[in-house]
Amino acid sequence: MTAHPTASETSVHELRLGNAPRGFIGTIVALQPDIAGAAESGHELERHLLEMGFTEGARVEILHQGAIQRDPIAVRVDNITIAVRRREAMAVVVK
Amino acid sequence: MTHTDVTTERFHLALVGAPNSGKTSLFNALTGSRQKVANYAGVTVERKAGAFVTPAGRQVTLLDLPGTYSLRGRSPDEEITRDVVLGKRPGEAAPDLVLCIADATNLRLTLRLILELKRTGRPLLVVLNMFDIAQRRGVSIDVDAMSAALGVPVITSIAVKKAGVEELRHRTDEFATNMPAVTAGDGWTPLGLSEMKTLQREADRIIRETVTMPSKPDTLTTRVDAVVLHPVAGLVILALILFVMFQAVFSWAQPLMELLSDSFGALGTLVAQVLPEGIIQSFLQNGLIAGVGSVLVFLPQIIIIFLFILLLEDFGYMARAAFLMDRVMGGAGLHGRAFIPLLSSFACAIPGIMATRVIDNRRDRLTTILIAPLMTCSARIPVYTLIISAFIPAETVWGWVNLQGLVMFGLYIAGIGSALAASFVIKFFMWRDYQPAPFMLELPDYKLPRLKSIAIGVYTRAKMFLQRAGTTILSMMILIWFLASFPQAPAGAEGPAINYSLAAIIGHALEPFFAPLGFNWQITVALIPGMAAREVAVGALGTVYAIEGGKEAADAIGQALASKWSLATALSFLAWFIFAPQCASTLAVIRRETGSTKWMVVTFLYMFALAYVASLITYNIAKAAGLG
Repeated sequence: MTAHPTASETSVHELRLGNAPRGFIGTIVALQPDIAGAAESGHELERHLLEMGFTEGARVEILHQGAIQRDPIAVRVDNITIAVRRREAMAVVVK
Repeated sequence: MTHTDVTTERFHLALVGAPNSGKTSLFNALTGSRQKVANYAGVTVERKAGAFVTPAGRQVTLLDLPGTYSLRGRSPDEEITRDVVLGKRPGEAAPDLVLCIADATNLRLTLRLILELKRTGRPLLVVLNMFDIAQRRGVSIDVDAMSAALGVPVITSIAVKKAGVEELRHRTDEFATNMPAVTAGDGWTPLGLSEMKTLQREADRIIRETVTMPSKPDTLTTRVDAVVLHPVAGLVILALILFVMFQAVFSWAQPLMELLSDSFGALGTLVAQVLPEGIIQSFLQNGLIAGVGSVLVFLPQIIIIFLFILLLEDFGYMARAAFLMDRVMGGAGLHGRAFIPLLSSFACAIPGIMATRVIDNRRDRLTTILIAPLMTCSARIPVYTLIISAFIPAETVWGWVNLQGLVMFGLYIAGIGSALAASFVIKFFMWRDYQPAPFMLELPDYKLPRLKSIAIGVYTRAKMFLQRAGTTILSMMILIWFLASFPQAPAGAEGPAINYSLAAIIGHALEPFFAPLGFNWQITVALIPGMAAREVAVGALGTVYAIEGGKEAADAIGQALASKWSLATALSFLAWFIFAPQCASTLAVIRRETGSTKWMVVTFLYMFALAYVASLITYNIAKAAGLG
């Protein structure tokens, strides 16, 4: 899946973590988990992301990305590193 | 403290913790080699139980529950953890005390889990593991304040240090002597989203109040990852690690394997010399000793593969390998973690299938188990080389490519290609309703492996292989020996004795079924002892064509085959061996690892069907091309 901006991106400063480039540093604004094509949908994906520490206000940084289509990404969430596919990271709104 | 009844009643402890919290090291330190690894009934989830005795002489059973970040029960593993903690797992005693292991260097996710566990009402003791590493990194934790804030006793531990383990044993005694009445598990409901957020906020608040983080994060992991997770350098390093691993499996294991197989051969010969010729001699030599030998011969490979896997896992590299390979594997519907087990299967499907334990998700694991036997294992090499050297001319094509090598390469590619295709088909047809587990994986900080813990891990795997797979493999070997030996050849009969056996009768009976593949009855007969291990088919072909000698006679067998088989038959035979499920040991391990006969039968049938169709197509195309 290629990354593309979605309608819910209201402000120029807010974007989806799944679209962010490597080296991006920001803060989580919200989780909006209704992503087409994600392995889990809606609440379950949101729960899963919460369990891995993707909470509002957490500091995120994209440390690494895979060789094929820049996927998956390794994200520093506060003080731990989580590997996640860009598709699921689309649920995370960051600024 | 009274010593009257402490030894009579078993005390049940359960270990709960997030993945990478050092749970297994602590489990190993507490129980040593007193562990039993099995499967939970009906599921492919590993049940690890151990035992130890407290200073007061109390017998304690310790259950190492699958790692989890929550009690959500998203996978069968996590369901087990949840059900055991709630006391709702049939056949499993409700734990008297839950030890929650928290990585002291990484508390954020575990503290939320602890708060969630607290809500179950089950008595809880928090163990801050790897406290030494945390201190060295400059993390300072006010343990008393944390204990007060959580409302749960907290102790610190260094999994490998004796003192920490002793204190844990001591605390178990203390707890058990004034054990509270427990009403846990009733009325528990899964957390809602807002409750989860509340708990995480509370966890974050407790961390702010009781933990002082260093100003600098762990720079070593960051620096190593800059290279190891680099899109190009990372893949090169992964390839290098795998190269060393396979060198080890093929070349380090080789002398040991030869030593084992030679020793068993010598033992067999000795038995043959000591005992008079007859059924007992044949049973001991060809049934029992050869059977035990054929099981034991895999042991060096299994030990080496698990040594590597456990080392890589403990270093924290496994998660990185999964990260690097996720997209490549994902194309075929496989999980990133399936990579190592499938590569191991090139050596032998048995350690490969056992290595699928690194895949948490049950369906991802089953898919990997089902396709692992399609990877070209080393036992196929003798069959391939025999047929190729007998039938494929050693010509050079396109100026520089050796034709024999090209065919060999083609056979490997056919194996890999069919494995990927099978995975795709399995996902598409069998599990359409199934939502694959998303790839969400913590990349833990690098840590030095604890050698004692690794040793216990390898020992447990080796023991498990010998005990469980050993019994099944051995009984199949004896069955095959029986088929190939009875009834015995009448006195003065001509030709090899196997021609008069049940194997030959079955071979003749099956001949019409295999005739469309270009197989004659000799091939069909050879396939039966070939069930023991694929390379045995070579020897069996030698036997049915009445050629004396063992490995040295391979050239002679090749010549005999070249004069008796058509090229179409030979190609069809090769195609058969790409897919053929004829390895009793692999089937036994599949049964053992999936905990069900069903998956063993499924594997056998689908591989058999693939082999039949592939051979049928190959034979007919070759015949049409005038090679019949």
